[in-house]
Amino acid sequence: MAYSDKVLDHYNHPRNVGSMDKSDPSVGTGMVGAPECGDVMKLQVKVDEATGVIADAKFKTFGCGSAIASSSLATEWLKGKTVDEALAIKNTDIVNELSLPPVKIHCSVLAEDAIKAAITDYKRKQEERKPVEARA
Amino acid sequence: MKTPIYFDNHATTPTDPRVVDTMLPYFTLKFGNAASRNHSFGWEAEKAVDNARKQIADLIGSTSKEIIFTSGATESDNLAIKGVAEMYAEKGNHIITAATEHKAVLDTCKKLEKHGYRVTYLPVKADGLVDLDMLRESITDKTILITLMYANNEIGVIQPVKEIGKIAHEKGVLFHTDGVQAVGKVPVDVIKDNIDLMSMSAHKIYGPKGVGALYVRRKSPRVQITAQMDGGGHERGMRSGTLNVPGIVGMGEACAICHREMPEESKRLSHLRDKLRNKFETELDEVFINGSMEHRLPHNLNMSFAYVEGESLLMGINDVAVSSGSACTSATLEPSYVLKALGVGDDLAHTSIRFGLGRFNTEAEVDYVAGRVIEVVRKLRELSPLYEMAKEGVDFSKVQWAAE
Repeated sequence: MAYSDKVLDHYNHPRNVGSMDKSDPSVGTGMVGAPECGDVMKLQVKVDEATGVIADAKFKTFGCGSAIASSSLATEWLKGKTVDEALAIKNTDIVNELSLPPVKIHCSVLAEDAIKAAITDYKRKQEERKPVEARA
Repeated sequence: MKTPIYFDNHATTPTDPRVVDTMLPYFTLKFGNAASRNHSFGWEAEKAVDNARKQIADLIGSTSKEIIFTSGATESDNLAIKGVAEMYAEKGNHIITAATEHKAVLDTCKKLEKHGYRVTYLPVKADGLVDLDMLRESITDKTILITLMYANNEIGVIQPVKEIGKIAHEKGVLFHTDGVQAVGKVPVDVIKDNIDLMSMSAHKIYGPKGVGALYVRRKSPRVQITAQMDGGGHERGMRSGTLNVPGIVGMGEACAICHREMPEESKRLSHLRDKLRNKFETELDEVFINGSMEHRLPHNLNMSFAYVEGESLLMGINDVAVSSGSACTSATLEPSYVLKALGVGDDLAHTSIRFGLGRFNTEAEVDYVAGRVIEVVRKLRELSPLYEMAKEGVDFSKVQWAAE
């Protein structure tokens, strides 16, 4: 199977590889997939709490080249977007951008799920903080 | 050293130039039909086929008359299993095989099940070998055939063929073995190994594609099979169809070369294989060998590089040709059923790579491939959330994975 140039580029030069502090309330972490399925994506966003804009995004992925490229691309797209804009990213956008073949569509689905999981985690943390601040 | 480097010699091998040289005259000058009985073109072709038959027989310790030419090992497996099933249908309807067999055997058995045959698929032990006691216990008075491969195409483990054949003969059951990966690579002797039928392929032993053979024993016991193709009654009625004379000549020469060079070649390749393995084990943590190292082909290495998905590893070493047990590289999107049968978890199966060394590989290539693999594994582990978790001491069995 031939890979698209964009997949190869992300595979050879993955953007935003790394990890952020999971316990930081401004960091949302999403981990999706399972080792048995051959794909695990961890995607993290760091949100500017004042503006709701994603200041930084990091990923680590266990999976095929298309899975690595999908998550690498996702981190690029996330930076500078608001939390709500991030939720609007669709797997089909990733499929189109990377020219993924049908057998690799699940990689893009996983990336969309990872974005949603990371944002959900961030929002949950924010919710949990509210009563504490209200009390103070 | 030239790239790409070919380390996938279980899939196929390049045809040895010496083999090609032997074949060439049989395309243009000596093009006769071996079945033409009344002119010199036919006699010449028949003589060449007889010579090839002898070369193959010499390699496996049989007689020339026991070699039936086919189009390849898939046909040989089909012919052996279906041919025995049909011929001995009155005696019984039970066949014994194993979970780790090649698809040419497994799917043939599945087809027979649809026609009323009963098939036992033996599990294998963690080292990939069948349990002989379990084999013995599986034999019933309806068992007509045991079909178990000589050496496995993914993990290279060599089954205790001699003992399997002995058990079969004690119970009056025929024994077929898929010898594709073993013949020409390790000593195979159909008499000492108690084999009744054996499938072989030319292109796995530096011969041409599209030609194979089936050994069919003629004495104690005399094995009969029902032909699976109707036609001119070639090959003593067992396999009709004009003989592929150039291919057969090539297969014969390939066998003769293997016969001569096997002791030297297997020593050289096992040394290279061990070097490759040692480099991985010294330079990388969490690498695992799949299958027995003790009962194994000299040129096979199958390793799991934990936390690095196989296809992504192949993508990183794009100037090296190897295979992976990862689902992403298979048509079915399932990880290797062979590794699964060994009890290797799907997580590790996804990270497995098969290295198949061959006659034309060099020590410099081994060094280069080892270096490339180590480099890419390290890079991908930096990218792997699982490796990070493992380093943090996370117990994977307790993690709740979010399913896709």
